[in-house]
Amino acid sequence: MSTTADPQADVALPKKQSRFWKKMRANPAALLGGALVLFFVTVAVLAPLLPIIDPTATDWGAVRQAPSATHPFGTDEIGRDVLSRMVWGAQASLLAGVVSVVIAVCLGVPLGVMAGYMGGWTDAAISRVTEALLAAPFLILAIALAAFLGPSLTNAMIAIGVSAMPIFIRLSRAQTMVVMTEDYVESARAVGLKPLALVWRYILPNIFPPILVQATLTIATAIIAEASLSFLGLGQQPPTPSWGSMLNVAKNFLEQAPWMALYPGAGIFLVVLGFNLLGDGLRDALDPRDT
Amino acid sequence: MTKSKHMALALAFGLAATVVQAQDMRIGLQEDPDVLDPDQSRTFVGRIVYASMCDKLVDITPDLEIIPQLATGWEWSEDGLTLTMTLREGVTFHDGTAFNAEAVAANIDRSQNLPESRRKSELSSITGVEVIDDYTIAFTLGAPDATLLAQFADRSGMMLSPTAFEEAGIDFGLNPVCSGPFSFVERIQQDRIVLEAYDGYWNAEAINVDSVTFLPIPDTTVRLANLRAGDLDMLERLAATDVASVQGDDDLTLEQAVSLGYQGITINVANGVGADNPLGQDARIRQALSLAIDRNVINQVVFEGAFAPGNQPFPPTSPWYNDAYPVPERDIEAARALLAEAGFADGIDITVQVANNPVQQQMMQVVQAMVSEAGINIELQSKEFATLLADQSAGEYQASQVGWSGRVDPDGNIHQFMTTEGGINDSGYSNPEIDRLLDEARTSTDPEVRAASYNAARDILIEELPIVYLYHVTWIWALDDAIEGFVPYPDGMIRLEGVTITE
Amino acid sequence: MLAFIGRRILIAIPTIILISIFVFTLQHLLPGDPMLVLAGEERDPEVLEFLREKYRLNDPIPIQYLAWVSNALQGDLGTSFRTNQPVLELIAEKLPVTLQLATMALIIAMVIGIPAGVLSAYKKGTWIDWVANVVALSGLSVPNFWLGIMMILLVSVQLGWLPASGYQPFSEDPLQSIKTMLMPAFVLGTAIAATLMRHTRSAMLSVLKSDYIRTARAKGLAERVVLVKHALRNALVPIVTVTTLIFGELLAGAVLTEQIFTIPGFGKLVVDAVFNRDYAVVQGIVLCTGIAFIFMNLLADVAYRVLNPRMGDT
Repeated sequence: MSTTADPQADVALPKKQSRFWKKMRANPAALLGGALVLFFVTVAVLAPLLPIIDPTATDWGAVRQAPSATHPFGTDEIGRDVLSRMVWGAQASLLAGVVSVVIAVCLGVPLGVMAGYMGGWTDAAISRVTEALLAAPFLILAIALAAFLGPSLTNAMIAIGVSAMPIFIRLSRAQTMVVMTEDYVESARAVGLKPLALVWRYILPNIFPPILVQATLTIATAIIAEASLSFLGLGQQPPTPSWGSMLNVAKNFLEQAPWMALYPGAGIFLVVLGFNLLGDGLRDALDPRDT
Repeated sequence: MTKSKHMALALAFGLAATVVQAQDMRIGLQEDPDVLDPDQSRTFVGRIVYASMCDKLVDITPDLEIIPQLATGWEWSEDGLTLTMTLREGVTFHDGTAFNAEAVAANIDRSQNLPESRRKSELSSITGVEVIDDYTIAFTLGAPDATLLAQFADRSGMMLSPTAFEEAGIDFGLNPVCSGPFSFVERIQQDRIVLEAYDGYWNAEAINVDSVTFLPIPDTTVRLANLRAGDLDMLERLAATDVASVQGDDDLTLEQAVSLGYQGITINVANGVGADNPLGQDARIRQALSLAIDRNVINQVVFEGAFAPGNQPFPPTSPWYNDAYPVPERDIEAARALLAEAGFADGIDITVQVANNPVQQQMMQVVQAMVSEAGINIELQSKEFATLLADQSAGEYQASQVGWSGRVDPDGNIHQFMTTEGGINDSGYSNPEIDRLLDEARTSTDPEVRAASYNAARDILIEELPIVYLYHVTWIWALDDAIEGFVPYPDGMIRLEGVTITE
Repeated sequence: MLAFIGRRILIAIPTIILISIFVFTLQHLLPGDPMLVLAGEERDPEVLEFLREKYRLNDPIPIQYLAWVSNALQGDLGTSFRTNQPVLELIAEKLPVTLQLATMALIIAMVIGIPAGVLSAYKKGTWIDWVANVVALSGLSVPNFWLGIMMILLVSVQLGWLPASGYQPFSEDPLQSIKTMLMPAFVLGTAIAATLMRHTRSAMLSVLKSDYIRTARAKGLAERVVLVKHALRNALVPIVTVTTLIFGELLAGAVLTEQIFTIPGFGKLVVDAVFNRDYAVVQGIVLCTGIAFIFMNLLADVAYRVLNPRMGDT
């Protein structure tokens, strides 16, 4: 699991949107990241509309052909167009990244807020479970879960989502505890505001920025995790492409068809770099301490 | 120093180098073997290690004839119920224990009665063992068994030191003691197995290397890279797609042999609810499936022509192959006609499970694309091997892409899959006529009677198709060109007798 | 301090129990019958049943779990289904391998990450900072296994500089051992270098802003002395803490690296064990990594307190 996010960073809701954008614009790395992410998202979304060859169309006469005018990225082990598969693979990889993080956030944040808000035994129980999950190495956990659920993209996303959950529990718990000590929250409680309303009105808006930052960074990790699972044969299943499963096949043809490994690897690298740069930029822009 | 420089030096000295130094032979394996106890083990790679470590009662020639190894001769009684074997004298196990008839009897007893033994079914025909003298032993059978000698040529015939297994019990595999050319030194799981030449080996003059190290390296590319870098002397199961590259490499040589096994699609015809679908119930659909597949194209596209297309449980090179049914040409029209006849003129959807390894998946995607042109839409279900096997044996599948590693005797490739009570009959196929024919082939020692029975069974099975055979793997070994004398065998084993390393 | 450590250990106990229950249950729910694989191609029903009994697989999961716990408490983690080797022995055999890989990766990561972090903090906002950051993030973004196979292709196959795979025990041939492990350690180290660089950078940034650095500069000390002797030394506290935590991450990262380079360590053992449904092995390894993780966390906390005595007992 990536530790790039500093969970201690107390990030507050940007009071002025303009300041946020100003800082983002001044950060070339973040802009580069945003551009990369935007590019791949666009490609993935537009995949059905792009004038490309059917990614599952096979051609026995053109097996493992080097890049050419008809196949700019070459063809794969059963004569499918690598460029088309890259485009459709982008869909699988991005989906895996986003969906698993959504799962992690949807499970992790409520648990974290609950632990931070209620304290006591609830907190102790949730914290122990979180620790137990953290102590089992992320990938091993994901492998075991994916094996349990059976190899498929959906199951890989669930496995990654569950494995990535602890970091969101921790983060939202810590944030909640910080917010709870604020004067305005204490007075709101004194006035008799119901817990759910309190969470909705004060806690969630305050923990949103660090969660957003962490989510962006975790998407990066999740995309790599999906690729790793696919690489082990536990992710996307054929004939539908994902970059990880393309790599899994490509490793057997490194000498004969290096392009089969080059493009999916580069794709993963660029999109993950994009999310990492973007997440970093978001953190800097949302950090109130740094002026 | 590069190999060419080595060569130049050797030439400069005018030597056809046959130097006798401490030579270690390093062999790259595709997998890490399981427990090193022939009675308990079950993997193909394990058998490769045994080929250097454990002698058997008999061995095979590359043409699958049975020849003496620890048994020097044998004789069948008239009724085929007694097999008398004469044993080699002067043989000792690696721990010094003498090899004799008592030892053989103890070994057979262990294979039959150790609760963990995986050899029970292979030796089930033996009902009694009689030690006649030190070097003569007789096996009494409950029924004639044509497969017994072939079993003795494999793990069931491997002789372990009785002293060692009595002491170690089921932990024998942690420190195995046999009587083969090399004795066990150490094993680090997933890293290496080291054997050293045994001084007291009865055939020591045939052994020219001092030690063997087996290194499991699962990734084919990495395994080949190690061979190229000189870290390995040879490797087994070179990827078919690397054949051209190895052939083009002056420093490497290539050896191959068509295997005894097969790969195919097992179809659930009567194994639980999974059989309850048109594919399982109507042989015409299975025939259409078979006809829609171009086996030569599979071989070309996926295996670069290195494997052998097939349509029977035995490869076309086998003496048991029935020439009356050559590998069929693809016939889309005939496939469509059969589908229409079965009431599926508009096409049919079927589900095939496949192990989640890239090569099998690649192969099945080719099949998927081919048969879709005939109107058969395959949905591929990738499963881990452990899951695939469990679902297959439980009948929770429609069709399953699996293979069989193959046995020396033809019985091993067909009887247990096709007979009603067969131990691995996952398709649930049952036909009294097939049971009768295959039992007959099993119990007759007359090759002609056996061939006739197998051919008669084939006439039926080729119509019924509980298994659609696709191809036969070719074992491919890549060797450093310094290795000489290696002989490829269809059982895929590496026999080091006569193998030399020239520097 | 002792009380603190004692309390932390007490808290760790339920966590470890939870891990073991979790993994145990998950494994036994995995589809696929390990005994079917274990029984071999022929799948003799008699042997199958015997093995199921032998490994108590016919018992309800809670009973199996309790049996495992009672054995584990006596130091018996069971034996591998696949090779009959005791799990404890396997772990003892694999631990040094992965530790060597992790240590070498950490050294590589520190050599790259810490100077890069210091430089990047010092040149904050300049193009050097920007480039260092993008390079570090690139290391984090490149998939390990892809980098691994690309390096094998280039360094071993094309150039023939380093062995493509394998393992040489350090005790047998230290030089060869380091050579064999260099490439995997580099692959594993690149990702960690990024993390380390970023933490160094942020630690340095906050130190550089502090009064005593201003004082040191005012005293006219050379910039290098200020940077290394004063700033970096103070920034070390968080860096050491992070490094300790990273070590646990390295163990997990080793899983794929070991797979690619066929290194017979923990990671390879556990992946193969999951696929082979080798229950006792998976269970034993997860228990060990869990304990190691908790221990590392504890160590990080202790280090933090020792290096930073002002911190209260919270």
